[in-house]
Amino acid sequence: MMQWETVIGLEVHVQLATQSKIFSGASTAFGAEPNTQACAVDLGMPGVLPVLNENAVAMAVKFGLAVDAEIPETSLFERKNYFYPDLPKGYQTSQMAQPIVGPGKVEITLDDGSTRSVRIHHAHLEEDAGKSLHEDYHGMTGIDLNRAGTPLLEIVSEPDMRSAKEAVAYIKALHAIVTYLGISDGNMAEGSMRCDVNVSVRPKGQAAFGTRAEIKNVNSFRFVEKAIAFEVERQIELIEDGGQVVQETRLFDPERDETRGMRTKEEANDYRYFPCPDLLPVTLDGAYVDHQRALMPELPSEKRHRFENQLGLSAYDAGVLASSRAMAEYFEAVKDVCGDAKQAANWVQGELSANLNRENLEIGDSPVTAEQLGGLIQRVMDDTISGKAAKQVFQALWDGEADSADAIIEARGLKQVTDTGAIEGMIDQVIADSPVQVAQYREADEAKRGKMIGYFVGQVMKASRGTANPQQVNSLLKQKLDQA
Amino acid sequence: MHDKTLTELAAGLQAGEFSSRELCQSALDRIQRLDGDLNSFISVTTEQALADADAADQARAAGDAAALAGLPLALKDIFCTQGVRTSCGSKMLDSFVAPYDATVVEKIRQAGGVSLGKTNMDEFAMGSSNENSFYGPVKNPWDLSAVPGGSSGGSAAAVAAGLVPAALGTDTGGSIRQPAAFCGITGLKPTYGRVSRYGMVAYASSLDQGGPMARTAADCALLLETIAGHDVRDSTSVARVVPDYSAELDTSLAGLKIGLPKEYFGDGLDPEVETAVREAIKVYESLGAKVCEVSLPHTHLAIPAYYVIAPAEASSNLSRYDGVRFGHRCEDPTDLEDLYKRTRAEGFGEEVKRRILIGTHTLSEGFFDAYYLKAQQVRRLIRQDFLDAFDEVDVLMGPTAPTPAFDLGAQKDPVSMYLQDIYTIAVNLAGIPGISVPAGFAGNRPVGLQVLAPHFAEAQLLGVAHQFQQATDWHLKRPAFGKEMA
Amino acid sequence: MAIEHADVLRAAHLARVGLSEDEATGYVDDLSRILKMVDQLQAVDTQDIIPLAHPLDATQRLRPDEVTEHSQRERFQACAPAVTDGLYLVPRVVE
Repeated sequence: MMQWETVIGLEVHVQLATQSKIFSGASTAFGAEPNTQACAVDLGMPGVLPVLNENAVAMAVKFGLAVDAEIPETSLFERKNYFYPDLPKGYQTSQMAQPIVGPGKVEITLDDGSTRSVRIHHAHLEEDAGKSLHEDYHGMTGIDLNRAGTPLLEIVSEPDMRSAKEAVAYIKALHAIVTYLGISDGNMAEGSMRCDVNVSVRPKGQAAFGTRAEIKNVNSFRFVEKAIAFEVERQIELIEDGGQVVQETRLFDPERDETRGMRTKEEANDYRYFPCPDLLPVTLDGAYVDHQRALMPELPSEKRHRFENQLGLSAYDAGVLASSRAMAEYFEAVKDVCGDAKQAANWVQGELSANLNRENLEIGDSPVTAEQLGGLIQRVMDDTISGKAAKQVFQALWDGEADSADAIIEARGLKQVTDTGAIEGMIDQVIADSPVQVAQYREADEAKRGKMIGYFVGQVMKASRGTANPQQVNSLLKQKLDQA
Repeated sequence: MHDKTLTELAAGLQAGEFSSRELCQSALDRIQRLDGDLNSFISVTTEQALADADAADQARAAGDAAALAGLPLALKDIFCTQGVRTSCGSKMLDSFVAPYDATVVEKIRQAGGVSLGKTNMDEFAMGSSNENSFYGPVKNPWDLSAVPGGSSGGSAAAVAAGLVPAALGTDTGGSIRQPAAFCGITGLKPTYGRVSRYGMVAYASSLDQGGPMARTAADCALLLETIAGHDVRDSTSVARVVPDYSAELDTSLAGLKIGLPKEYFGDGLDPEVETAVREAIKVYESLGAKVCEVSLPHTHLAIPAYYVIAPAEASSNLSRYDGVRFGHRCEDPTDLEDLYKRTRAEGFGEEVKRRILIGTHTLSEGFFDAYYLKAQQVRRLIRQDFLDAFDEVDVLMGPTAPTPAFDLGAQKDPVSMYLQDIYTIAVNLAGIPGISVPAGFAGNRPVGLQVLAPHFAEAQLLGVAHQFQQATDWHLKRPAFGKEMA
Repeated sequence: MAIEHADVLRAAHLARVGLSEDEATGYVDDLSRILKMVDQLQAVDTQDIIPLAHPLDATQRLRPDEVTEHSQRERFQACAPAVTDGLYLVPRVVE
């Protein structure tokens, strides 16, 4: 049987997190009443003109620097001409011949921890379109232009990915970069990151690319995986049945996990790109680029290396904790409070992540703050509470019982008893109450005693309501039982 | 009162000889009685004008009169005016009441100027005769059988007929200067970027520029210093100090170097026009200027380059008229394509469609390099011609148009109509300023002298024109039309 | 370069201008003459000449990222041909 290789390239549209639109002073906030955030410029009123948002430029440049791309000194805006009701001017202001970000590369990490590099062809700035609402308005379609003019950074990869997993890892890497940089909220559900996936297959070993299909509307990590899986299978079946893949645009249907050719009668598009005469060439000198570079935060790959090399975390822990800016910042705040990176890493990836997953929360929504968690870890480390009690305290913090671990420890009386006299008193009582077990213990050999002592420890801990220090209980018990 | 210049009327208001209300009322009466024959206005905004005039009178009484306080003027119907129909001479925008003011309209308002209404024009500023208007052609007050020129024909005719002392026009390939020449008034196209284009309905964005049309260069100076300047809403407007043009009118012409482009005095130039222009140049020589011949070798390529670049930009600029958010929409569209195609077929006139089709064709795949890129390269050559010439001379002079105003209906062929702009169009491609000044007559029809200067040398241009008007009286001549109304 | 009937129809479709066959024929004639005039450009050697898109050698000015516009929906939609619930209406779009 023929061995097939999948070839994938992605065009990812990232909505930039500016306050105002790319060419107008209207708000970009999500979810407003229809057309209340569409100003005269966004509506393409007669006579209006665009003026470029400095922040959109700065964000694009930061992205370029994050993917090691060249930032050309001059970039140009062009008009892409076509008619569609959600495109008010009859053209989209975009970039083609001279985009703001030149070729670059992104490092992706696969599930097995291996990494590889995906080349970026370029990234360009453009304006988003409005939305068509297909609910029935007297048999008509409704047009909401609030989104029109929202700045988009379109990131175009080379066809460097060979599996759906690589494609997902690439999108996750982009997601981490844009959220780290703070240039996008990365909210895929609200359309802040939208992917067009170019998929083709070719016999393994063949150098030439097969004919590709472009799949639009793939707007979650999961859908990317499913859409590619479906499309690869469709193309291979088609070819193996003697057919040919046609170059076309297909839509992903998330309800049925399949891609479909678009039904619109597809005339050959001719977008008649030409330089936008209302906008002048954008020139960015070295000083500007250096300034943007200086404003950039630490990036995911840099963080991962620092966690590993300076904080002594395992490669796996470093990778997980650096995977999102929110996670990394939370972890570092916990570490700063408690002073121990490994403890902080264990708690963030253990108890905290388990709770977040169970309740389907993002780390930013965690009811337990980094300060609270750090405070809790401190109390474990200074032996104020036992590890077991710490879990109780965490749960109480999660449930909002009090503002700090200390308050909960106090209220619940969970402070470990380390006073030898008090523990000895409890041990004496347990020994007095358990004559049969004591007798059996004393008759047993050393190996058996090791197992039997657990019973006495349990009794003492129970008597102390968990507050006795278990190590202390253990050694004192041993002394007393072995004495006689 | 209707014979006076803007400057004279300003003095009269200041001296209390008449109020702004009296002045504006008299102009409105004159419009009402005469414009039926001229058709120079699309909309007359009587109520608003009188309210603005009263406000100006009150401001003056309070000692708070701005530069244009109480002075009546008219706006080409290409400038968006809040609450007033802004038609651009098109059926497409017949119902369009602009929801905002153009920047220049705002500036005129802030300076106390009183708009009496919106003037007729070739549809979307595409034309050289004002015959391409949905609202019908405008007549030339010097001869009602002649065109007033275009596309700012309504503004030119209204000023020439004494309906208003001044008006704003726009110039993409000669649309201020050629009608100014045909109607015997003074019209200035500023340097590209000198005046904000925000709120000026776009025809060809890299060429369009608004400017003043009035009786004298001094009046143009007064208007230009009001409307010029950087606008944060127009990326192509230039952040450069606006000189006090009125204060710089009296510079001496002694030693001024005038270049006569030999290409502007060649075949196709009407002999009477040539005679008038050469006489005007003699006046300059008598005032101490030196004259020499220069060459602008790529002149013959200006119209070909323009008819690629302007329609290309227009085809894209006019895509927004789709029947969805404003303007004309066809009845009962069956589907989206029907909505677009019928709306645009019904809403646009012949010439506009012609230019949309040419522009769409030349931008489309397979033609872009041969037409659009080539035209942009030639555009650079044309600009370089001017830059080279200005290394030698201070200003260039020649006729504004090759002929005086032609008869209505005389130019049936689009290409021969385009050739009317032979002397004006290169100026827009180069972005330099130009002014047309009344310089005599060919028969009963006025002749304009065009003066061109380097980028941002409007002060010099206005001074050169003003000195001519101190030495001649062509700008004081009035047509017989409307005289009985005096 | 000559322009043919099919070119005019194609341009008219791209520009979404409805044309009858007769009108298209008229435009073939007009546009042919205009393009013949434009073809004078082809005679010039423009090798190595950088295309000029703007008459001034200026660069783009950038605007601060501030929200300066607030809803004027009622005013903007007063001139709209068809509106319901704040939405512009168009014939049904099928995707």
